[in-house]
Amino acid sequence: MLLIYCPYCEVERPETEFHNGGEAHIARPADPSKTSDEEWAEFLYMRSNVKGIAVERWRHIHGCGRFFNVVRDTVSDKILKVYKVDDPMPDLEALAKEAGR
Amino acid sequence: MKRYSFLELAKNAFSAHQNWGRQWRAPEPKAEYDVVIIGAGGHGLATAYYLAKEHGVRNVAVLEKGWLGGGNTGRNTTIVRSNYLWEESAALYNHAIDLWDGLSQELNYNVMYSARGVMMLAHTVHDVQVAQRHIHANRLAGVQNEWLTPEQAKEYCPPLNISKDIRYPVMGAALQRVGGTARHDAVAWGYARGADDMGVDIIQNCLVTGIKRGADGAVEGVETAKGFIKTKKVGVVAAGNTTNVMDMAGVRMPLESYPLQALVSEPVKPAFPCVVMSNTIHAYISQSDKGELVIGAGTDQFISYSQTGGIHITNHTIDAICELFPHFRRMRMLRNWGGIVDVTPDRSPILSKTPVSGLYVNCGWGTGGFKATPGSGHVFAHTIAKDEPHSINAPFTIDRFKTGRLIDEAAAAAVAH
Repeated sequence: MLLIYCPYCEVERPETEFHNGGEAHIARPADPSKTSDEEWAEFLYMRSNVKGIAVERWRHIHGCGRFFNVVRDTVSDKILKVYKVDDPMPDLEALAKEAGR
Repeated sequence: MKRYSFLELAKNAFSAHQNWGRQWRAPEPKAEYDVVIIGAGGHGLATAYYLAKEHGVRNVAVLEKGWLGGGNTGRNTTIVRSNYLWEESAALYNHAIDLWDGLSQELNYNVMYSARGVMMLAHTVHDVQVAQRHIHANRLAGVQNEWLTPEQAKEYCPPLNISKDIRYPVMGAALQRVGGTARHDAVAWGYARGADDMGVDIIQNCLVTGIKRGADGAVEGVETAKGFIKTKKVGVVAAGNTTNVMDMAGVRMPLESYPLQALVSEPVKPAFPCVVMSNTIHAYISQSDKGELVIGAGTDQFISYSQTGGIHITNHTIDAICELFPHFRRMRMLRNWGGIVDVTPDRSPILSKTPVSGLYVNCGWGTGGFKATPGSGHVFAHTIAKDEPHSINAPFTIDRFKTGRLIDEAAAAAVAH
């Protein structure tokens, strides 16, 4: 079980308090009527499914109820960074280096 | 190939079984093959077997980064059934059931397929309605499936607790009598031995590091830990690692990889006659011929390649098992483990050509690929040999995620994810 730090509650809590929201930073197409089938498929279904340093969304469902982002190594499951939902994506290469990957 | 028979057994008894010989060779890769299969699990080996047997394509290599059958083939709960909802799935999974029957004779290898029945429990009014809808759909599609009352379920599986006092009482069950179990390792070994005998090279400890494409975009070969191998056709059968292998050819996949867990108890005398599954309270259980209870748990909620899983996931399943089968409460669990399963958005597999000429993919079996092993290999071999899908796997394309023609089996997939 993961221990996850909620950046809004500012506490560390067990994984069972949270719900995983899948890959982070996927933007909904701005103009649906001008979006092609390929672009819809990309938005709805295609996923990076990263083996290594991945960014994902988590929601603190049994706490504040808010979404935030987590950088996690999907091989070791180690969490490398937690950041709020409007913060920019951190430098993944630097985080990977820090984690010794 | 030395055929196994009673005479052979008797003959070898005289030499204390010291001279049986290898079941398959351990060759070094040749410079070029007609087809290269990436992944020597059940599906990859079955593909190679049927390529050689049905299509005469014998210059085939199966590349495996670890050891043969060491991924999800060696980690699953060995359940065989075909009671999925849609006609496309019924055709695919029933094709496998047809091949399971008689597979031991065909491979001259005992895969221990035992049609002991798979019973799926209903615990709520909604469960009952869904199960009956499945039964009606199955019977229209020619798939055997029937409804049991709680008393009939208890008669079929005496250890089942049908008391009205448990948290989720059993309100009935769907029973597929042709469902059951098979010996997972024997399936991989049987196909490996059969394919090897027809000239297929199975190359273990050979990680694929790249897929080379020519100026026209078509596949030209694969880079591996044992050097470059030239080939015009590559079949990717890499389960949880499919996204990473397809990335080498620049193809994006609609897959997410999760750890799925299973566990076994200490072995006991025969105590459990069939397979029981419960989607709602999430547990499935059968007893192996060795005597262990084989129990399947759920997936973790996040993507991971760790081949382990959270202990709270297995605990949740054990809670359900103890409630449904109180006399197992004092049994000790011996081992638990995880396998990395590749899940598609509609919970149906992808057996398909790809936008890259000469590249084929067989993936997305998610939490339930073992049951389909023979059928999957059979139609995928056809797809590679003829460069067009078999009528059975024609609906299972990657393109369905663009056209929207999904095959939604989320309810039939049995593992909540």
